[in-house]
Amino acid sequence: MIVAERKPFEEIYNNVRKHKSILVLGCGSCVTVCMAGGEEEVGILSSQVELGAREKGDDISVIGHTIKRQCDVEFFDDETAKKIEQVDAVVSMACGVGVQFCVERFPDAIVYPALNTSFYGATMEQGVWAERCAGCGECVIEEFGGICPITRCSKSLLNGPCGGSDSGKCEVDPENLDCAWQLIIDRMDKLGRLEELEQVRPPKNWSKNRDGGPRTITREDKRL
Amino acid sequence: MTESVTKTESKLEKLLASGAFAVTSELGPPKCADAEIVRKKGGYLKDAVDAVNITDNQTAIVRMSSVAAGVIAKGIGLEPVIQMTCRDRNRLAIQADLLGAHALGINNVLCLTGDHQCFGNHPESKNVFDIDSMQLLDMARKMRDEKLFQCGKKLTNAKDIPVIEPNMFLGAAANPFGDPFAYRVPRLAKKISAGARFIQTQCIYDMERFKRWMDEVRKRGLHEKVYILAGITPLKSVRMATHMRDNVAGLTVTDELFRRIEDADDPIAEGQKIAVEQIEELKTIPGVSGVHIMAILGEHTVAGMVERAGLLPRPKV
Repeated sequence: MIVAERKPFEEIYNNVRKHKSILVLGCGSCVTVCMAGGEEEVGILSSQVELGAREKGDDISVIGHTIKRQCDVEFFDDETAKKIEQVDAVVSMACGVGVQFCVERFPDAIVYPALNTSFYGATMEQGVWAERCAGCGECVIEEFGGICPITRCSKSLLNGPCGGSDSGKCEVDPENLDCAWQLIIDRMDKLGRLEELEQVRPPKNWSKNRDGGPRTITREDKRL
Repeated sequence: MTESVTKTESKLEKLLASGAFAVTSELGPPKCADAEIVRKKGGYLKDAVDAVNITDNQTAIVRMSSVAAGVIAKGIGLEPVIQMTCRDRNRLAIQADLLGAHALGINNVLCLTGDHQCFGNHPESKNVFDIDSMQLLDMARKMRDEKLFQCGKKLTNAKDIPVIEPNMFLGAAANPFGDPFAYRVPRLAKKISAGARFIQTQCIYDMERFKRWMDEVRKRGLHEKVYILAGITPLKSVRMATHMRDNVAGLTVTDELFRRIEDADDPIAEGQKIAVEQIEELKTIPGVSGVHIMAILGEHTVAGMVERAGLLPRPKV
């Protein structure tokens, strides 16, 4: 899923206080799972804005609403469209994709992001999410026994660990980060494939990554 | 190393090929645009060592470029080894710098991945890591031996004028103390197959572990394929010893060394004494072709240690 975190309240409030009425628009997919922008968080932010407005003597009316996905046109139904049209601004609690899609769908609306979108990750335990994919456009996970060095090595090294691997941890953040190369070596050893790592891997083709410019996938077989 | 055919104009390569026990050291370029300080620091090292590494934004702190400082050092008669990391430049910039460095008379490159920028003075910067140290070696080797850029296109010159390739003596770093320990020697083998002809190791504060690593190196015959220069950084204080032991990933400082610094009336002198003893011991380890003395902020202390280790005067090549 796409993992995001809510922005600090002050940052959000500095935007919304320019308006008389706002819609806090939640997203029911990834950011609901990572507890950043779902229905529950819409309720919390709405209350915070109302409370903040009362404290600061601002006149802001707030409505909250959550749709299943903000990155798909079909979920912006008539009810949602009506709500967007009746307020001065929208605070989108979706990821960066949802925020922009909302702007594209409603070009006249003012839409503020409420989240900082961070990475593609997994829930490690309640309240802990970790990055597992960098979306590089050319998956090489199999060649490393199921562990992605592009994402999980701080330097995206493809030819083994740097000198900063210490007791299985990465020197960049030893408290929280495993050395991806320790994991890869342990895994390849277990699979009996350690010798594969002795081959020098050529430089990666980063043109499939964001470096090639913003990406679009077109599937002719799926187009209507 | 037994092979004695030299490929480049590098004085360091010639000296190593002659079988002499080599001494290299390190010069950190200034955090300003002063050429004179490079000459001053270089002056301390001249005639005391065979070649001098010029660091490349070491520990991710901005300094004068290693190519520029290397050219200045060469101007006073030093043999520079340009350090080149993959942190700050992509494959285009690195290849451009290799061409430029050779055109300016540089004959040695140490190919490094580079410290992560979070440790330096621009932690908010974007890193590059387009390629890694292994791919950098391979790229520099292909530019030299096959006159090919990384993309596969040929190096070219104006019509009827011969192509001049960046004919560099290529080196790499090795950390005999890093984890996973079992992978450290295979990683060295990989660097050799990528093109490394000399290796400078992480500084040694655990000689027994270094010897175990050398045992493995010899078992695989790698000392026959590459010149290994053992890293020495004299300890200067209990604080430095503690930092090396506790904060530098993949470094161990033995209790004995730690105690010697702790008990010393003059820790700086004791650190240098230890360094000289280490050099003496390293001379006796089969497969060790020399030492690489990285005296942090101590270029002026190197000549004294080299002399006390019985390695002066340096042979002429």
